Amino acid sequence: MFEQHLAALPIIIPLIAAPIALILGRSLLTWGFATLISAWACYASWHLLLAALSEGSLSYAMGGWPPPWGIEMRVDAANAFVLLAVTAVSTLVLVYSKNSIEKEIDSAQHPLFYTAHLLCLAGLSGILVTGDAFNLFVFLEISSLATYTLVSLARDRRCLTAAFRYLVMGTIGATFILIGVGMLYMKTGTLNMLDLAERIHLADGNRTINTGLAFIMVGVSIKLALFPLHAWLPPAYTHAPSAVTAFLASTATKVAVYVMIRFIFTIFGADYVFREMGMDLILMVLAIVAIFKCSYMATAQSNVKTVLAYSSVAQIGYMVLGVSLVSVTGLMAGLIHIFNHALMKGALFMAVGAVFYRVGSVDIKAFRGLGKQMPLTMAAFTIAGLSIIGVPLTVGFVSKWYLVTAALEQQHWILAFLVLAGSLLAVIYIGRVLEAAYFQSASDDASAAEVKEAPWLMLIPMWSLVIANIYFGIETSITTEAASSASEWLFQNSKVLEVSP
Amino acid sequence: MAVLIDLVLLAMLAITALRVIFLKDLFAVVMLFGIYSFLSALIFVSLDAVDVAFTEASVGAGISTVLMLGTLALTGRTEKENKHSSLLPFLVVVVTGAALVYGTLDMPPFGHPDNPVHEHVAPRYIEQSPKEVGLPNMVTSVLASYRGFDTLGETVVVFAAAIGVMSLLGIRRRSEDETPESGLKEHQVLRVVAKLLIPFVVLFALYVQFHGDFGPGGGFQAGVIAAAAFILYALVYGLPLAFQVIGPKFLQLLAPFGVLLYASVGLYSMFKGGLFLDYNTLASDPVAGQHYGIIIIELGVGITVFAVMLSIFYAFASQAERSNVQ
Repeated sequence: MFEQHLAALPIIIPLIAAPIALILGRSLLTWGFATLISAWACYASWHLLLAALSEGSLSYAMGGWPPPWGIEMRVDAANAFVLLAVTAVSTLVLVYSKNSIEKEIDSAQHPLFYTAHLLCLAGLSGILVTGDAFNLFVFLEISSLATYTLVSLARDRRCLTAAFRYLVMGTIGATFILIGVGMLYMKTGTLNMLDLAERIHLADGNRTINTGLAFIMVGVSIKLALFPLHAWLPPAYTHAPSAVTAFLASTATKVAVYVMIRFIFTIFGADYVFREMGMDLILMVLAIVAIFKCSYMATAQSNVKTVLAYSSVAQIGYMVLGVSLVSVTGLMAGLIHIFNHALMKGALFMAVGAVFYRVGSVDIKAFRGLGKQMPLTMAAFTIAGLSIIGVPLTVGFVSKWYLVTAALEQQHWILAFLVLAGSLLAVIYIGRVLEAAYFQSASDDASAAEVKEAPWLMLIPMWSLVIANIYFGIETSITTEAASSASEWLFQNSKVLEVSP
Repeated sequence: MAVLIDLVLLAMLAITALRVIFLKDLFAVVMLFGIYSFLSALIFVSLDAVDVAFTEASVGAGISTVLMLGTLALTGRTEKENKHSSLLPFLVVVVTGAALVYGTLDMPPFGHPDNPVHEHVAPRYIEQSPKEVGLPNMVTSVLASYRGFDTLGETVVVFAAAIGVMSLLGIRRRSEDETPESGLKEHQVLRVVAKLLIPFVVLFALYVQFHGDFGPGGGFQAGVIAAAAFILYALVYGLPLAFQVIGPKFLQLLAPFGVLLYASVGLYSMFKGGLFLDYNTLASDPVAGQHYGIIIIELGVGITVFAVMLSIFYAFASQAERSNVQ
């Protein structure tokens, strides 16, 4: 039974658990329940990845109706890989949130928090697993609505404006995607992704399809916060509860990057998107501007959560840059960075959340002297920070390595140089926090002297991610194998010749 | 003749939209939104999409107008002066509009039988669904069975919206002594008319719920109509009495129950050896199984939509009462 329904389980489990969590209604109970559910979904995703790697791709016909008449779940190495990262981070964040949300969310709203988290997880899994373009939109709506709720739950009332801004931008993005999908349906008469891919170029006259592509790309770009459509992200990540930021920063935008990859490679075909429409140049330019503009913005912020939020926009730039290179290695670098960035940003935001739990502020001044007072938390921040910079033996290095390799394969010397230069900016914004923590002494008032190390329930998930940062930085074969087979799979099925070196 | 009707309706739609943009009185804007939805519903009727028209009329013109009025009760009815420059938004709108117009250039001819949408997936829905699913209303067959997973997703979307509203506003119950005067005590005519009307509205909701297999209708519309009956009661007789009829705590159980009812059909079909939401496995005769499945999932949809719409109204109304008291 488990094997037979494997492709559906990562969606169905959290989807059914979310209403149950609301009925359970007690904080501690829902916490345990949500964590177990998420762990179960993670276990299923792990098996799904193994199955996808051995079999190539799995199909599951919802309702027993064969595609394209019914809705198909379709799992291959690419989405199973991202799915594993999403469910794993979700589980760790849920373990972490017990203490964290006690400090940041009113206790009466804890069941709503866990319900919204499970809904968000179900939505993200649905987006990843589905093989149907309209079904993708439905799950996008579920995850988006849950996300706006999660952002707005913080005690800090500034989260409301941030959530509202996110809501408006996110809804525009989703509407654009819907318009695009509608145009594709008009020209093809189908919504199944593989079926769309086959029929999309049969129709004569491409102007409707071109417009559909434009709407979908703009909509997805808002969702993944591609520069210059990223303005909603920094306030949302700054004012959301720390556990929410840790979860969203490492999953939501990454899933949107996956959606972009899926639409480009599986539905439209890389040949059409890049050769005919010239999207690769647009994406490449925007990605580079994102890396520099937002890394620079990150160096100028005083709130550490805002620093990391801008850093996230810059890191998304690296992922999109990988995609825009139109090569197996480039796409692989993008995919691997989706996974790796989830590990780094998850750990970083968890460390910042732990600081907020003890100190009550995430201003860079509040970090003074924390190197001594919260050694484990700051050590975690340091290692994850080094990973963002791309120091060897961390996953960040692996991502950068493949990105530089991909750029050099095509003799893009300047691009390789720019990737490395971007890392220097990361040195500055991570360095500023580390300097405050290790080289400045804490202020003298009595309250600051009493700051203790974060509780174990926060440290364990944080350090699990940190250890993963190092483990996958040294033992690179697992992630690279999954990412390269995913990348090859996407290219094979995209009927496109690589840009020759 | 049809072209003429379409032209008139579309022109009215455009005029309404323009009016909405330039009006500063938000109360009038909400009314215009209602008119806009009714016009859209008429256009759907002229496109022979009665199910969609029904939904648009009940959701767009009905319940969302009430909810927007509920919002106005909290925020005030005039638009604030906008100090931002409107050049960039204007450019974005013009570019988007131009892109949409460009997209229409290669659109398949309107209503032509050779269009891709009529040739690929749809023929099976039209030719096979009476045999495979056994329902006269093909729209219900597609929504509830062929694409039943989408409908489960949409139900969860509605549920997620309720979670959002509950977390932002909550539903406040106050003790008896500070209960403010609410409802329309002195309007005897309204009270009598409402009392007469409500049973019929509820009956109509049940009809729409269970007749969705045969004619336009189904869980979404039925849930909204039933919620409208209770909202009417709450408006005329006041929130405290409405809370006695259906309390917010009960609604908070009802909303997840609908989703679970829907999903349990899927789980049961998995248990019987089929795939998720495969109604064929529900009974020995596949067509009978389809019928059972669709009735239960439509009921789940109806329950969740009803509970969510009513709780959202309660949340707005209890906030508004509180701010009136203060």
